[in-house]
Amino acid sequence: MSTETPSASLLSIRDLCVEFDTDEGTVRAVDGISLEISAGRTLGIVGESGCGKSVTALSIMRLLPKPMGRIASGEIKFDGTDLIKLPAEDMRTVRGNRIGMIFQEPMTALNPVKKIGVQLSEVFFLHQTASKEEAWKKSVEMLDKVGIPSPEIRAGEYPHQLSGGMRQRVVIAIALACGPELVIADEPTTALDVTIQAQILDLMKSLQRDLGMAVALITHDLGVIAETCDEVCVMYAGRVVERAPVKTLFANPRHAYTQGLLASIPRLDGQPKTHLRTIDGMVPALKELRPGCRFGPRSGREHTETQLEARPEFIEIETGHWIEACPVCTE
Amino acid sequence: MSEKATPILETTGLKLHFPVRGGIFQRATNSCKAVDGVDLLINSGETLGLVGESGCGKSTLGKTIARLYKPTAGNIRFEGQEIGDLKRKELQPFRREIQMIFQDPYESLNPRQTVGGILEEPYVIHKLGTREERRKWVKELLEKVGLPESSINRFPFEFSGGQRQRIGIARALALKPKLIICDEAVSALDVSIQSQILNLLLDLQKELGLTYLFISHDLAVVKHVSDRIAIMYLGRIVETGDAETIYQKPAHPYTQALLTAIPVPDPEHIPSKQILEGDVPSPIHPPDGCPFHTRCPHVEERCRIEEPVLENAGKKEHLKSCHLNF
Ligand SMILES: Nc1ncnc2c1ncn2[C@@H]1O[C@H](COP(=O)(O)OP(=O)(O)O)[C@@H](O)[C@H]1O
Ligand SMILES: Nc1ncnc2c1ncn2[C@@H]1O[C@H](COP(=O)(O)OP(=O)(O)O)[C@@H](O)[C@H]1O
Ligand SMILES: [Mg+2]
Ligand SMILES: [Mg+2]
Repeated sequence: MSTETPSASLLSIRDLCVEFDTDEGTVRAVDGISLEISAGRTLGIVGESGCGKSVTALSIMRLLPKPMGRIASGEIKFDGTDLIKLPAEDMRTVRGNRIGMIFQEPMTALNPVKKIGVQLSEVFFLHQTASKEEAWKKSVEMLDKVGIPSPEIRAGEYPHQLSGGMRQRVVIAIALACGPELVIADEPTTALDVTIQAQILDLMKSLQRDLGMAVALITHDLGVIAETCDEVCVMYAGRVVERAPVKTLFANPRHAYTQGLLASIPRLDGQPKTHLRTIDGMVPALKELRPGCRFGPRSGREHTETQLEARPEFIEIETGHWIEACPVCTE
Repeated sequence: MSEKATPILETTGLKLHFPVRGGIFQRATNSCKAVDGVDLLINSGETLGLVGESGCGKSTLGKTIARLYKPTAGNIRFEGQEIGDLKRKELQPFRREIQMIFQDPYESLNPRQTVGGILEEPYVIHKLGTREERRKWVKELLEKVGLPESSINRFPFEFSGGQRQRIGIARALALKPKLIICDEAVSALDVSIQSQILNLLLDLQKELGLTYLFISHDLAVVKHVSDRIAIMYLGRIVETGDAETIYQKPAHPYTQALLTAIPVPDPEHIPSKQILEGDVPSPIHPPDGCPFHTRCPHVEERCRIEEPVLENAGKKEHLKSCHLNF
């Protein structure tokens, strides 16, 4: 991926808060996060399960489950327009033409009873007003582009006739069909084997080179982050605790949570059969969250009551390197 | 590993084929050759890592070794005794010696039973101890796996994924087994929790002298826990050797490709990936010759016709099944 300095941001999220109504009252799954993605670049979003990565992705797409989920405050500026304020009709156009989405489980994104070619054609149909024949031809081309062998034949098949890796290629084809400026990929390779993951990541990289789209890549795999991203956002309990260019994040992680995540991965060059570093405990339930430093109770470092009660500032410590500045977790 | 390794388990030519039914009468028209001639050796006290893409037969091999399945062909010797052909009743004593831990213990834990009840059950089935003794043993098990004693009266759904895996481990330990088959035991967990469970498994191995067959698709995890490693492809072992050799000098092209596919958590590392084309062929219609030849970047004519056997790859106890040399 390119190494130039990032230009103006394509997507800019400011103080986004997302809430859900549950049986036990209203909970806040995303609590005032800010992040940016520049045109053509890849932002990785990483963190343990339940930290708010998918909810963030769904918020950008305005696909939060209704009526229990809603964006409570903040802004999501895409190419200058606040998506939150966009009428539903206009948002649908953005979703189809300018922002594409790839989910972890390809089957959830595909209609099991429709031929692959038909599903792809619909994208061209809906968003680019092509004729039926043209749309089908474009679909076959797209399948070819994502590396599906015999695309003319595959276009006439149903999703279940393909392997997991091939299905994910179809989902990528659908997400990219409209030539989006931004693709949001939520754990796109988590369900796949490493060999197939390597194929898919390679495919995404080469498509990105050709088409120049920006990518938001959500994953819990720090290896995938290191190999594919330009910038990284580390999320914990609904907040971004650290954000930095990828090399900075791995070489000089400043937040105790980032450090803990990096230290707990087994490494090929590590000492085998020895204890790995762990992070004690687990991600707290949303209803138990306190306003202050959320990682405090798991950090193994002594926090004062005030530090757990008052929200730390999110500050830029050097160009492009942001941290949630709890003095104990970032000392 | 100690100098003189003694085998605890050995399989030769082990096969497990599932019937595939079709037609109006649902007759077995074909078979899925999930395990298709596996020679495997596990030494006492070691961890043997078993790696391969999904569908290559790892779980089926694990379950066959635990004798949850009856082998279609071949032998399984546990501490020198053949267990492959034993009947249900005759298997009873071996059931205590070989235990399994699964990816999500939730599916194998009865949701209506308390943790105390779940952990006591193996003793009840095997008619061991009085009520008081069993209660005492359950408390000891909980302590061993790092769960509070108060867990006894709680139900599985009240626990997180990592804690449920601890319950699964405690249950596997109840009858003091010698061999534990860990089937993707940490695969569903976040790295932070995964490392907690891996540490626990290492501690238990040291304390109790356990032998592990550690099945996983995550090569970094396998490298971390294993003394030796076996690589599986389409129902067969294609390479085996000590962990260091497999990672430093992989001899089989499949192993080489697998290793380069692992994403390295270091942005300064420049990946040189050997990206494999296509998918694993179906085990219902495996290819002729070498099972890997359809995806092998080095394929030659001979590979399409002649099936290679596991043979010496140079170093001691390093075996590969490939016609070519690299
Ligand atoms: N529909 C929903 N109703 C209530 N809570 C939800 C809903 N969807 C997600 N959440 C909660 O929001 C939090 C963040 O979830 P998610 O974004 O899916 O996490 P991640 O993708 O990082 O694993 C979790 O605590 C989850 O339980
Ligand atoms: N109970 C079963 N009945 C029929 N086929 C099965 C059964 N279990 C597994 N298989 C098939 O056997 C092959 C190997 O599966 P499995 O042992 O689960 O692989 P792995 O654990 O390596 O992913 C697969 O093709 C799978 O579909
Ligand atoms: Mg998610
Ligand atoms: Mg399996």
